[in-house]
Amino acid sequence: MESLGNIIMYFVIALAIIVFSVLTVTTRKILRSATYLLFTLFATAALYFQLDYAFLGAVQIAVYAGGIVVLFVFSILLTQKPGEDAAPLSSHRKWLGIITAVAGVAVCGCAVFSYAQFCGQLMPDMAAPSIENIGKFLLSTDKLGYLLPFEAVSVLLLACIIGGVVIARRR
Amino acid sequence: MPLSYTIAVIAIPLIMFLFLGLSGVKMGKKTTGIIGVIAMLITTILAYGVALTYFFGSSEGQIVDGVRKAVTVFNPDWLTFSDTLVVRMGIMLDPIAAMMLIVITTVSLMVHLYSLGYMCDHHGNAEKGFQRYYAFLALFTFSMLGLVVATNLFQIFIFFEMVGVSSYLLIGFYYTTPAANHANKKAFIVTRLADLFFLIGILILSFYTQTFDFFSNNVNGIIGMLDDPQASLAQAGTTTFMGCSAMAWALTFIFIGGAGKSAMYPLHIWLPDAMEGPTPVSALIHAATMVVAGVFLVARLFPMYVLVQGTMDIICVVGAFTAFYAAAIACVQSDIKRALAFSTISQIAFMMTSLAVSSADGQLIEIHGGYGLGFMASMFHLFTHAMFKALLFLCAGAIIHAVHSNENDKMHGLHKYMPITSIAFLIGCLAIAGIPPFAGFWSKDEILVAAYEKGIGWGIWMTMVAGMTAFYMFRIYFLIFHWKKHEVHTEHEPADQPWTMTLPLIILAAISIVAGFVPAAKLVTWDGTPLHTQLNWTIAGTSVLIACIGIGLAYKMYYKENDLPERMANSCRGLWTAAYKRFYMDELYQFITHKVIFQGICKPIAKFDRAIIDGFFNMLAEVTNRTSFGIRKMQSGSIQGYVYFYLIGVLLLAVITMACVLL
Amino acid sequence: MNLTLLMYLIPSLIMFGCGVYGFLTRKNMIAIMISLELMLNSIDINFVVFNRYLFPGQMEGMFFTLFAIAIAAAETALALAIIINVFRIAKDVDINKINKLKF
Repeated sequence: MESLGNIIMYFVIALAIIVFSVLTVTTRKILRSATYLLFTLFATAALYFQLDYAFLGAVQIAVYAGGIVVLFVFSILLTQKPGEDAAPLSSHRKWLGIITAVAGVAVCGCAVFSYAQFCGQLMPDMAAPSIENIGKFLLSTDKLGYLLPFEAVSVLLLACIIGGVVIARRR
Repeated sequence: MPLSYTIAVIAIPLIMFLFLGLSGVKMGKKTTGIIGVIAMLITTILAYGVALTYFFGSSEGQIVDGVRKAVTVFNPDWLTFSDTLVVRMGIMLDPIAAMMLIVITTVSLMVHLYSLGYMCDHHGNAEKGFQRYYAFLALFTFSMLGLVVATNLFQIFIFFEMVGVSSYLLIGFYYTTPAANHANKKAFIVTRLADLFFLIGILILSFYTQTFDFFSNNVNGIIGMLDDPQASLAQAGTTTFMGCSAMAWALTFIFIGGAGKSAMYPLHIWLPDAMEGPTPVSALIHAATMVVAGVFLVARLFPMYVLVQGTMDIICVVGAFTAFYAAAIACVQSDIKRALAFSTISQIAFMMTSLAVSSADGQLIEIHGGYGLGFMASMFHLFTHAMFKALLFLCAGAIIHAVHSNENDKMHGLHKYMPITSIAFLIGCLAIAGIPPFAGFWSKDEILVAAYEKGIGWGIWMTMVAGMTAFYMFRIYFLIFHWKKHEVHTEHEPADQPWTMTLPLIILAAISIVAGFVPAAKLVTWDGTPLHTQLNWTIAGTSVLIACIGIGLAYKMYYKENDLPERMANSCRGLWTAAYKRFYMDELYQFITHKVIFQGICKPIAKFDRAIIDGFFNMLAEVTNRTSFGIRKMQSGSIQGYVYFYLIGVLLLAVITMACVLL
Repeated sequence: MNLTLLMYLIPSLIMFGCGVYGFLTRKNMIAIMISLELMLNSIDINFVVFNRYLFPGQMEGMFFTLFAIAIAAAETALALAIIINVFRIAKDVDINKINKLKF
């Protein structure tokens, strides 16, 4: 039996995720779309906090909300003229999208609900992973260490920085 | 080896062809011509040296037991396919090869010299393509010389094709005129068709004999094998196909090849059209040398032909008929070169017939005993005919050059204007008509003797054709040089041509007078044994008499302008028109090739090819094409489109998986 | 009332569906990128939730999400750089009009 606060919290977060996700893809103003995305990401971060992954939530806010959304906003401002809305969708395009999306959700939902027994299990107790542990795992080379992916990602990021500069700079 | 310089006789024309052909454009036109003439002169001198050395030399074991043997100067392997299948290229001299060397080089030299004048306009400017002309003349001379000294059938075949090509190139020398283009195509296609049979014949023959060579140093050649009854050739005589021995088939096919080149009926249709080429070319190729290649071929394989009586009969009938047929047409032609062309066909048919009547008894032993008269007569006639027919053609060229026309009615009464040409032409006519002591009398007399030995019918037939020959030649002569006063229709009066053109006429006329006294019977025999011939006064007298009647008839009809020819033509108008139209042979060919073969056979095949075979592959291509265009939309470049397909695939997989797991 | 595994999967699923819908219907390339981020995010949630429910003492899911966030950031940065470059050349970010390299 969970604490009432937790349950309320969950519903708030779930509602926020659902509502803002839908708004993100339905609004016709692209800048608003980015803003709703930001809210969705915040809600996701809240979800991580609720699941005791505080570090992950912090990363989510810092990288996604603080980095990626800012990038989005910059590029939107660079490419859009002010006050320009996206043209309304043609109905066949819209319905095709809806049907495909709903079909996908239906198939996944069907799969999930067919394992209702499995999916109905409760949240076990867990000590929140400490920052110290995370740091050790991230930089260790033993069995559960993540040094290799860490370094690979750092190389990837470096390549990405160089690539971004090369692609975007004015010739 | 004393005769090894024979290679130079062959090599000089080849080098001249390459030299004149490649660098002629850089030199002046006249320079090219003069170089060509000088090189040909050297070749001629060498060829005379070779021939005289062969005929009168006595070294190197040429003469064995009083018989003059063939000399193989050298015979290296050219293509070695297997131990037995070896193609050689070499030089072999025997009486007919040596004689042909003289004929070819003499006529070729005359034509080279003559062309210096002929291929120029009246202001002495050489025509366009002068260098090309001399290069092709050299190519032809090379090919023809290579043909006559060939050591094996395959070499003969190669050079046979090469003379065909040079003939094609020279007939089409004025390649801007459509008539020349049609004529060279026709010549090439007809002779090529005949050469196909020649090749088949070669293959059959060499299949049984296991060699291409005539005589060979280590193994027996085709002809050398004849004396050996154990050789595989005996097998070819016994293996039969459709009632005839393989050897008979092979020899008949080879004869068809020769008949194509030598314009025997019914493969003669290309020769009159070949007159579209420059006249010296007609003299060299289509009168003196190339067209006798077929006769030469049969003569070369003569020791085999005498063994097969059936084939000899075919040749005999074809030759005798062609002689008469061509003579009949020549009597009514109005184009001087066409008339001479039919005369050539008729005379070559004389040679063929003469070869074929040689085997009157079909007994090898009797031929050894001296029945090779026809062979000797044929070769002798080849020699004399080459000289006087080249003379006649060169005279015709001079006349055409003077009046700018080939038609009789543009000439008439030229005797006053062109006396030298007139006399030379008269000598040529007397020679071909067989009036003693001109060359044609001696050789034609031998042919008639041989024909009478075969049978009295053959003799009478050939004598009649000889009379026709006299008639049509003098008809041409009188129509050109007499008949009525010449009406000058060009800007200048016709006159004797410059010395470059007149000198060859004089030389050839001189040869035509004396050539009959060459002791051919002693020199040119099929096995090298000298023949002892003497003039048969009955036959000679008859033939001279008949010739005189022909000449007299021609004189009566054509010397002074009168309406006798017209009335005679009208009295049998149908026959006259048929003869004038060459008995509709061209139309018949046209009908057979176009109506029967093209329409009846080729069209359905082409339709089948286009509709079924091409259609099938076109269908494959079309289906691929259509499908590609249809599914091209899938490669839209639109990412969202790809995602649709991707998602559909994923969903289908998911549904299938779930269905499998859950149900 | 308990917070079951299912209850965390449903928002994630809907978020993913929204991403799919947006990806398929939007014409603006930046909007398409935004939809892509939604889908990535929903996957991240799944990793974390399964880690939390099934293997509470371990951190594989969390680290996977961590790296996914890093890679997603890199990918977005590059994609946006490309989009801006395309915009500079084609003066448009409509995905249907960027078809000059089609056959």
